[in-house]
Amino acid sequence: MTESTHFDVIVIGGGPAGLTAGIYLSRARLNTLIVSDGVPGGQMILTHEIANYPGVESISGYQLSNIMKKQAKNFGCTIKANTTIVDMNLEGPVKEFSLSDGKKYTSDAVILTPGGRSRTLNVPGEAPFKGRGISYCATCDGDFFTGKEIVVVGGGNSALEEAVSLTKYATKVTIVHQFDHFQAFEYAVEEARANDRIHFIMESAITRFNGDDKLESVEIKNLKTGETEDFRTDGVFIFIGYVPNTEFLKGKIGMNQWNEIVVDSDMASNLPGVYAAGDSIVKRYRQVTTAVGDATIAALAASNYLHQLKTKQLHESLTH
Amino acid sequence: MLYTNLHHVMTAADHQKLINENENVMICCGRMGPMCIPVYGIMEDLEDEYKHVKFADMEFDNPEAYVIRDVPEVRGFMGIPFTMYYRNGKLVKATSSIQSPAQVRAILDREFATADVK
Repeated sequence: MTESTHFDVIVIGGGPAGLTAGIYLSRARLNTLIVSDGVPGGQMILTHEIANYPGVESISGYQLSNIMKKQAKNFGCTIKANTTIVDMNLEGPVKEFSLSDGKKYTSDAVILTPGGRSRTLNVPGEAPFKGRGISYCATCDGDFFTGKEIVVVGGGNSALEEAVSLTKYATKVTIVHQFDHFQAFEYAVEEARANDRIHFIMESAITRFNGDDKLESVEIKNLKTGETEDFRTDGVFIFIGYVPNTEFLKGKIGMNQWNEIVVDSDMASNLPGVYAAGDSIVKRYRQVTTAVGDATIAALAASNYLHQLKTKQLHESLTH
Repeated sequence: MLYTNLHHVMTAADHQKLINENENVMICCGRMGPMCIPVYGIMEDLEDEYKHVKFADMEFDNPEAYVIRDVPEVRGFMGIPFTMYYRNGKLVKATSSIQSPAQVRAILDREFATADVK
């Protein structure tokens, strides 16, 4: 028999949005559980330096997430890391969750902050060559490619800025991008174009990774002509944006065509008592600061919802 | 210095002692970066559950970490952390770059199985 535990609010996700919700809810003396499928911090820990978080001149994403985690815990928030949702029911007044620790939990309100993750190319060879030539982090793995020739995939700010930073190590960086223009800001495009170590293959995509022990070449397809070429390379860095981590919510909550959670200005979803915040909601700008802002609203709205719920229950108990 | 709550391996001699004195050892060799921190976090979480495994870390840029960086099993590795699994002093598995909790569990369960029935 599995044990059941009830919380006022369960927060799904432990990035800046989830931790902020945890801080606000626990400080309001609401019994709060944060469930995080990884280490608390979310994508914030992927950032080496955060220099635009107001009030903090410069801090690593890891340090900032540790401080947020500590703040939430100090206010009495329970955090379960490396734990996933096995099953859940978000409808009705009591929300139910089965977690990978084998236990069942219930709550009166829910805040969904599952965040996003780096998009992968999803082509043959990508998984086996991760760490053997394929990387998603220039600052982590750049020095393995000193004196080598590499490919950067993508056309946004991350791709172009990281391509420039990788020229510190690699002798040649080829940017492969699917369109004939870049989505990045003009300054990033200009900086990349001005760097003579950077080359461009436009309107093209990687369709296969080849190699034995480590990555040796990629198949690049010209999306206009359909022609493919075998392109020798020592490494590939992939920066092609993010996807929301909302697969587990499909069919359970209102989402748009990109699987982003639809919320109103109170961060309320289409289900009573269910709120959402952070990178997984419909919005244009995804930053630590915007995640923290959304989550503050979601936490206050959830507190208000619980207050009204309790008032209603009290009223009903007095009139019956 | 790695800011984790794991046992820190500082020298090649420490490394040798650790793998000789413990039947099952997992060492994550990395930096305080985004691909490494999640793996340390997973190890810290699993320490209570996998009491038959000794969990430790070692700084990738420590010159003494040649005991991990230079072994033939990591040839072709181009992503930190290098995560090493030793059984009875011998390297039985090594992975490159970030791993998920499920991937780490699968390796621990397979390589360090406790099927001793007496």
